[in-house]
Amino acid sequence: MSAQVPERYRNDFLREVEERVEEGRWVKMCMQCGVCAGSCPFGPHWEHSPQKIFMMIRAGKRAEVLGSDSMWMCTSCYNCIVRCPRKLPITHIMHGLANYAHRLGLAPKGQPTREFARLFWDNCIKQGRANELKLTLGLYFKDGLAAGIKTALAMKGIGLGMFKAKRINPMELFGGHRIKDVKGLHAIIAKAREIEDRRKGYTS
Amino acid sequence: MADMKTAAYVCSGCGIGDRIDAKQLERIAQKEGKMQLVRGHEFLCSAEGVALIREDIAKEGVTHVAIAACSRRAKTDAFAFEGVAITRANLREGVIWSQPDTEDARELTQDMADDYVRMACAELKRMKVPAGNPDRGTSKRILVVGGGLSGMTAALAAAGAGYDVVIVEKQAALGGRAAQWHRRIPYRNPYDAPVETGIAELVAAAGAHPRIKVHVNATLAQTKGAPGRFSVSVCVEGGDRVTEEVGAIVQATGFTPYDIARLPELGGGTNPNVVDQAGLERLALEAAAKGEPIRRPSDGGEVKRVVFLQCAGQRDDSGAHLPYCSGHCCLTSIKQAMYFKDASPSIDTVVMYTDLRTPGLGEDFYRAGQARGILFTKGRASSVTADGALCKVAFRDLILDEDAAIDADLVVLATGMVANSGVNIDIPEEERQKMEVKPVSVLNLAYRQGPDMPQLKYGFTDSHFICFPYETRRTGIYAAGPVRRPMDMAQAAEDATGAALKAIQAVENAGLGRAAHPRVGDLSFPTARLEGCTQCKRCTVECPFGAIDEDEKRYPLFNESRCRRCGTCMGACPVRVISFENYSVDTVGNQIKAIDMPDEFSEKPRILVLACENDAYPALDMAAMSGAMYSAFVRVIPVRCLGSVNTIWITDALNGGWDGVMLMGCKKGDDYQCHFVKGSEMAAYRMSKTDDTLKQMGLETERVATYEVAITDVARVSQLINEYVAKIQEIGMSPMKGFA
Repeated sequence: MSAQVPERYRNDFLREVEERVEEGRWVKMCMQCGVCAGSCPFGPHWEHSPQKIFMMIRAGKRAEVLGSDSMWMCTSCYNCIVRCPRKLPITHIMHGLANYAHRLGLAPKGQPTREFARLFWDNCIKQGRANELKLTLGLYFKDGLAAGIKTALAMKGIGLGMFKAKRINPMELFGGHRIKDVKGLHAIIAKAREIEDRRKGYTS
Repeated sequence: MADMKTAAYVCSGCGIGDRIDAKQLERIAQKEGKMQLVRGHEFLCSAEGVALIREDIAKEGVTHVAIAACSRRAKTDAFAFEGVAITRANLREGVIWSQPDTEDARELTQDMADDYVRMACAELKRMKVPAGNPDRGTSKRILVVGGGLSGMTAALAAAGAGYDVVIVEKQAALGGRAAQWHRRIPYRNPYDAPVETGIAELVAAAGAHPRIKVHVNATLAQTKGAPGRFSVSVCVEGGDRVTEEVGAIVQATGFTPYDIARLPELGGGTNPNVVDQAGLERLALEAAAKGEPIRRPSDGGEVKRVVFLQCAGQRDDSGAHLPYCSGHCCLTSIKQAMYFKDASPSIDTVVMYTDLRTPGLGEDFYRAGQARGILFTKGRASSVTADGALCKVAFRDLILDEDAAIDADLVVLATGMVANSGVNIDIPEEERQKMEVKPVSVLNLAYRQGPDMPQLKYGFTDSHFICFPYETRRTGIYAAGPVRRPMDMAQAAEDATGAALKAIQAVENAGLGRAAHPRVGDLSFPTARLEGCTQCKRCTVECPFGAIDEDEKRYPLFNESRCRRCGTCMGACPVRVISFENYSVDTVGNQIKAIDMPDEFSEKPRILVLACENDAYPALDMAAMSGAMYSAFVRVIPVRCLGSVNTIWITDALNGGWDGVMLMGCKKGDDYQCHFVKGSEMAAYRMSKTDDTLKQMGLETERVATYEVAITDVARVSQLINEYVAKIQEIGMSPMKGFA
């Protein structure tokens, strides 16, 4: 045994998850059967299965858990929830962990799902409704101008088709339409965040 | 027998009369069977039919009754006549229900019925009316060895049913191991918290019960006798001997925790902060007495973190430690972790397991532990080392697949249960004397086969694990609690109640001269014609129940009350001097000789099936009931146990022109289902030696075959017969026909 192995298997991180993560109180009830890991269609494509994530939480591996890409890979198919013999809301816990990691700024940088989620949220909140044109272009240009132009050209045919079918209005690029009381919406969201922060003890 | 009068009754009900010529059966019973009285009836089990038989017994002086009707397993209430010998020819299940109802099959079906009537008559003439065991003991007292939870529960159950009980306890007080427990796992809903053990109340109840006598600081110096008349010499305080006469014994001697000193790599026996589960209970009791939290044993420091290592020195496949799972330890560790969590939720408790086993509603208890924040880690500990007052537990995390370590103030090793079953009598006496730690006998039985009860595996007392718990291999002595198999307190209490009930049955049956389980109520008993005995000792060695001792002239000495009436001794006897009144080498041998053997050119082979009456015979009956057909060439004779099959029957059958012999008995081995434990094993062993005899006779070895048939093999049993008959037809007819 190397002396470098950090002191772990304390209840500290489990307690933190329990208090601050959406549905986090369920993590301690996992019995490590692995049915979730076996049921996940994304099984081979992510770093840690839910079973492992829950064990890592108990082992106190805070940085590894919150920095894992696993929660971001969840497609919300709900197979794990349906099959969990202990009735853990695994999908919700995964989303809760993703949200918590994101709020702490510990989530993996450049993770595509995370980036898209952020784009979508910002886009939606700005005018009070989704601006599809801006969202799409934002996604195209997220990796820089050159990459954006390349993607836009590749998707040109579809774009023109949608324009002809009146599914896209290019005028949306300039401002776009909005809900009646955007200020009111922003106030609602700020208040909600304030409540959540207070409840979960966030300082930010 | 001068005043023997035989009678045969042929029933034509249940369709028997439509399928076979019942009048012909009556003629056979009279002419060939030489029955003194023969009657036919259309509905023999009706009140009128039964009255007819009763009247013949009363007025005609009939002593021997052959009933040709349904299986011997059917209508047992109707055909129960006391004081007469009874046999049954199985015409319904054995013939008409197992044969197709077609014109083509009519002849063979009739042949079958004819033979079964001949066989019943032949058997009946060799039967005697069972007189009941003369070796009756009338003591109804029950001795309970061990005054722990199991022992006290058994004692209170028996005393509550009106039987006097003697408890012999080795320690200075009743209570046993559970008295040293702080709390126990809950037996009842809501299964979410440790509860009071209730041992103090049990001790008070047992101590105060007018029917219960207690010897403490006492052991058994000698146990001799048989059910109904055990004479037990009890060594009491001060070395004095007291003799207790009892009718049955419950052995509830419990277990010893596996010695943690044998786990030095986990700090066992060297590190004061490493304890076993019993050690933690002691700490919890001491702390509770002082009203303080549990403290670190080495320096009285505060306990902030406890690690429970499951399967310590058990489920070990290296051969160094216990190979088995003790069953209770996962729940016990969860319970003990709750002691800490309930005292202070900030204490970290980690249960390290490889497979957490929380059977039944234990799952709720496990969940309750998780809800309290007990941490469960799938891992395997490699070492526990001292680091100042702390213990460093090094382990492999089996989910994360990496090495890890935890510091703890206290480490609890979940070691296994070692049965207090006394001496392993399968190890020869000389070798036992050479052992490092000489085993100490519990019962000190004055039996030829050794001082304690035979063990099955891992040192636990053999107790018919699959079918009949508590039934040991010493009649009238029942095992209860962890001496029988690893178990928790709830299971031990249930076990003790069951064993007490078996002990009550044993004393009652012994008093009436009847057999105990599984031939409950059997009045027959074995006798030996000692003039013919060659003192070969096979009967005394092979009796699965240690019923046979030796007298001073080295002849077998039967203790009838210890006998289960399986007939294994009868099957073992090379000179055939052992018999029961209604079951003997002759009663079966005469049936084998009684059939009408078709000649070699008839294309009608004859296959003898010797079927265990406990499993194979009911399976055959049920196969017939379910409409399964089997070959008309077989003739089935039920035997008490395959162990009672004497090889002379096989030889006689083959010499007599039978084309094949099928033996059907129960499963043998560690997971045996044989009602008499060793009977089917003995039979398989004996039959493994018949090949040479067959070759000497110039016969194919396939002509004798042994099968394991369970009572559930309803679909399989007819298939087995048909396949075997096909094989015999392929080999060809026996060349031995026409000589006998």
